[in-house]
Amino acid sequence: MISPRYHREIPQRYRLEAGKCKGCGYVSFPPRLVCPECGKNDFDLFKLDNEGKLLTYTIIRVGSDKFVGKTPFAVGIVELKDGVKLTTQIADVNLDELKIGQQVKLVFRKIQDEGKSGLHCYGYKAILI
Amino acid sequence: MREVAVIGTGMTQFGELWGKSIKDIFVEAASGAIKNAGVEHIDSMYVGSMSSGLFVGQEHLGAILADYLGQNPIPSTRVESACASGGAAFRAAYFEVASGASDIVLAGGVEKMTDGADVTDSLATAADQEYEVYQGVTFPGLYAMIANSHMHEYGTTREQLAAIAVKNHKNGANNPNAQFRKPVSLEQVMNSTLVADPLRLLDCSPVSDGGAAVILCSMDVAKKFTDTIVKVKATAQASDTIALHTRKSFTTLNSVTTAAEKAYKMADVTPKDINFAEVHDCFTIAEAVVYEDLGFCEKGCGGPAAEEGRTALEGETPLNTSGGLKSKGHPVGATGIAQIIELHEQLTGQAGKRQVKNANIGLAQNMGGSGASCVINILEAK
Ligand SMILES: CC(C)(COP(=O)(O)OP(=O)(O)OC[C@H]1O[C@@H](n2cnc3c(N)ncnc32)[C@H](O)[C@@H]1OP(=O)(O)O)[C@@H](O)C(=O)NCCC(=O)NCCS
Ligand SMILES: [Zn+2]
Repeated sequence: MISPRYHREIPQRYRLEAGKCKGCGYVSFPPRLVCPECGKNDFDLFKLDNEGKLLTYTIIRVGSDKFVGKTPFAVGIVELKDGVKLTTQIADVNLDELKIGQQVKLVFRKIQDEGKSGLHCYGYKAILI
Repeated sequence: MREVAVIGTGMTQFGELWGKSIKDIFVEAASGAIKNAGVEHIDSMYVGSMSSGLFVGQEHLGAILADYLGQNPIPSTRVESACASGGAAFRAAYFEVASGASDIVLAGGVEKMTDGADVTDSLATAADQEYEVYQGVTFPGLYAMIANSHMHEYGTTREQLAAIAVKNHKNGANNPNAQFRKPVSLEQVMNSTLVADPLRLLDCSPVSDGGAAVILCSMDVAKKFTDTIVKVKATAQASDTIALHTRKSFTTLNSVTTAAEKAYKMADVTPKDINFAEVHDCFTIAEAVVYEDLGFCEKGCGGPAAEEGRTALEGETPLNTSGGLKSKGHPVGATGIAQIIELHEQLTGQAGKRQVKNANIGLAQNMGGSGASCVINILEAK
């Protein structure tokens, strides 16, 4: 993760900004330039509801070098109330307690440190509610 | 378009080839294929490689490999479609011959994964960097989430997934080029270390070095070189969303169903006509899902099919007689070509202890990422 790229993604990572297609209502997270459903390219930006449910998950026990010392940790796919699905870590949870269908909400957390500069990189993680 | 045949094959041993560079590996496989085909020259070449840049710091692979293979100045291009790079290189070579632009083309694939790169991180570049990998998810992790959904929706069991690994290791034990030439028991799979729950070490394809190459040519040219002609009956490719989470279902791979439909149409066959298949079992769950999505059975029966022996060497649709990615190894870019080589060996009756009886039509399914790309090729003995 390099700094300019990280900076560019702050609206999505910090504020959960998504795009809603003015043509068909398709909600895209992250925002896109072309609607995959109807092909139009006109979107309204809006902030997603942070609550949703866990659709599937796993526990990462062998991670990449960036996550050394962090394993084991839980990662899952969450469906938010707006219908958006995203991949996120599940924090503050006893790993044995995870179940498909659990209600979760997204919170702001540190995700990783950028290699050379040591820049702290933030974003969303899910917690159980 | 002209009819196209595969007339020669060559591959290296798959495994940890410490003493060999990416160039050595490719040249060994490619010169083997040229020699095996008996051709004096090739018109051009395509090389599948997922990430030579990250694994060994070498890009411009087409040029460097043509140079070391002694083939300058023919055109040589590297093709990248993640783990489907080999299948995509084969497809490119097919079109060059079918169109009439060239008569004899080499399609190869190579990967050198054990030169010290962070393999887990490099492989993860086939997923969405910004919205999947940023969160720490790995490739075993993505397929583990598919597995959890499949178990939840269809009742697939841990034992059924383990049966896939047991079958593929059994087949691979009879493949001299396989990385792991040893059978494993159900207990060994079930008790191996967890990598990403519910997937364990013995559910995963390994980290491998290896190369593979085949020679394609027009049917008229083929007849000059061999009597045992293997015809390319169909080639098809499809794409899906890069991120697993964007899909409507996590248990059906749309790129597979779409490519399969196109391939069956082009070959004018149905799944029943396919005598055996090499499928992309990067993880045991992938073989179960792909078996269903190729239309060999209803959704949800991928696990039971393996457990009941329907996909075994003696079963109704033998899958991965080569040992699959699981036991043969998975040098990513070489995998799609190695699948074609297994089809060729089976269709020409050279598979020895792994030989499928009455092998007449075989299918190879090669996919990239968590299924964002899929290439399917169907070959027939003529
Ligand atoms: C599963 C995985 C993490 C294991 O790697 P690892 O923890 O570094 O394993 P090691 O290299 O330390 O190997 C430990 C032992 O298990 C064996 N082994 C490693 N991977 C194996 C596999 N997939 N199957 C069978 N045996 C395996 C090794 O030979 C070694 O045996 P030894 O102790 O007798 O020498 C790694 O193989 C992997 O990442 N696989 C997935 C590759 C992938 O994602 N490919 C792309 C798919 S889309
Ligand atoms: Zn739209």
